[in-house]
Amino acid sequence: MADKIATREAYGMALAEFGDKYDIVVLDADLSKSTKTETYKKKFPNKFINMGIAEGNMMSTAAGIATCGKVVFASSFAMFAAGRAFEQIRNSIGYPGLNVKIGATHAGLSVGEDGASHQCIEDISIMRTIPGMVVISPADAVETRCAVEAAIKHKGPVYLRLGRLSVPVLYDAATYQFELGKGIQISDGTDATIIANGLMVHEAVAAKQLLDKEGISVRVIDIHTIKPIDKDIIIKAAKETGAIVTAEEHNVIGGLGSAVAEVLVENCPVPMKRVGVEDKFGKSGKPEALLREYGLTAENIAGKVKEIIKMK
Amino acid sequence: MSNEKINQLAITATKIRKHALDAVYHAASGHPGGSLSIADILSVLYFDVMNVDANNPHDENRDRFVLSKGHCSPGLYGALAEKGYFPKEDVKNFRKIDSYLQGHPDMKGVPGVDMSTGSLGQGISAANGMALTAKLYEKDFRVYAVLGDGELQEGQVWEAAMFAAHYKLDNLIAFVDFNGLQIDGDIAKVMSPLPIDEKFKAFGWNVIVIDGHNYQQIMDAIASAKETKGKPSLIMAKTVKGKGVSFMENEAGWHGSAPNKEQYEQAISELDALLSKLEVE
Ligand SMILES: Cc1ncc(C[n+]2csc(CCOP(=O)(O)OP(=O)(O)O)c2C)c(N)n1
Ligand SMILES: [Mg+2]
Repeated sequence: MADKIATREAYGMALAEFGDKYDIVVLDADLSKSTKTETYKKKFPNKFINMGIAEGNMMSTAAGIATCGKVVFASSFAMFAAGRAFEQIRNSIGYPGLNVKIGATHAGLSVGEDGASHQCIEDISIMRTIPGMVVISPADAVETRCAVEAAIKHKGPVYLRLGRLSVPVLYDAATYQFELGKGIQISDGTDATIIANGLMVHEAVAAKQLLDKEGISVRVIDIHTIKPIDKDIIIKAAKETGAIVTAEEHNVIGGLGSAVAEVLVENCPVPMKRVGVEDKFGKSGKPEALLREYGLTAENIAGKVKEIIKMK
Repeated sequence: MSNEKINQLAITATKIRKHALDAVYHAASGHPGGSLSIADILSVLYFDVMNVDANNPHDENRDRFVLSKGHCSPGLYGALAEKGYFPKEDVKNFRKIDSYLQGHPDMKGVPGVDMSTGSLGQGISAANGMALTAKLYEKDFRVYAVLGDGELQEGQVWEAAMFAAHYKLDNLIAFVDFNGLQIDGDIAKVMSPLPIDEKFKAFGWNVIVIDGHNYQQIMDAIASAKETKGKPSLIMAKTVKGKGVSFMENEAGWHGSAPNKEQYEQAISELDALLSKLEVE
């Protein structure tokens, strides 16, 4: 439990593991060492295709393979998968509803030293706006492994958002259950709810501990699937706790916070605040220092909870 | 090759041209020019070369066709209708709100369409994906694709060209419909992709240059492409945009505009005249 592991690492291991059980083809664009699809490549060299540095071509090629009935994973950094190849994903994969799984690693600020050009904080927003696209952002290695299998079993396009930074393992592999489109209530509380995904789930859990000390009781929910979003768990939390704070490693525009807000305004409006990147580009630095500087911390989440409780 | 066979291919091509005009006229929208320029290639592919069965459009061993220049759906739909994938009358509902015949090829809704296209530059990559799958899974189907000559300006085409040669996709045969025109006019003036043949050769392809309205040359080129091992083949087919309708030929203006009633009738009468001539032979 104490060991830290990046979700990209778990992704590569899951591909290698499930390659025995399912017939999958994996594509990468000269980043397999970083995206960790290399783990799959080593075990299944004949079903791994290096596309070279050509992300748009990779997505359309993946689509062509999928038309022949195969499950295809196409991997690159989130910036070049969701960003560079947006239109190929939209037209070659999304529109025909093909069975391509986009394994996008190095999402968010926690890329670190590479800086803003490589820190994608827009991907959830642009991917979830494609009709029929499933968008998943797992919090730890256990959740990632299950998300990969769920993506394989799901018929249709999936965007899997993964991180570079090593993060603690939050869940117990023996008991953890992943259901596509269903959030996970990690702990209960009565005064407010923190809804998070990706590495911010860890900060949400830490925020709860901070708030506990001050006698504030919060519910914590991990929404690993941003689309389709689990409306029930959000509405229930709004009704039962009366205030929501979202936390994500993404621009506050268009990501988890927006998705949750959409559910709330239409179903059960309650006071809400978003923790995320405040519509700014990232920059170089150590991941932890960046997360601190941009307010992606337990302290900031806890502060927002205290503000929101006053608005109830 | 018998004259009778060539005559039959010419008849089918003329019918495809008529369907394309019907589609565009009744929709009052669509792309006649580039549909007319590929009708002869489509006739040879669907009626002489490809292993496809309209009654079993999803057969996993079938040959595939990708219209990378997806705006020429009226031509493709004409060929598919002639082949029996769907009723010929449906072509008149092209682009209409209640029709499955979408403006650009839609693999989910149109029987016989193997890949959704319309955004230029992407279809050839998808065709690569299919050809690669055949290699990976030891299937012997072939993949045919048609690119526009203007489409070659898309960088993705060259990413795909590199890929097909790198993975030795000798089960891929791509045509370039070298009609010399794109929306804004002469391809050489807009943004020259010339010399097309030398570029593909430099990318490692087997290149064959033909007259894209000569059935014998189309058939011979495909036969020689099939013989070529270890590289993909590019058939650069010199064509006339708007081919078969006198006033549309070599006119960039007919790229994406529909004929009015008078023009439509004139076009159909020209094609009908050709048809009756061919049917007598
Ligand atoms: C990515 C993309 N950009 C622009 C267009 C709009 N468009 C449709 S057809 C066309 C010109 C195509 O010329 P060419 O490839 O020579 O086709 P053809 O002459 O065979 O009709 C353009 C720019 C498009 N469909 N896709
Ligand atoms: Mg042209």
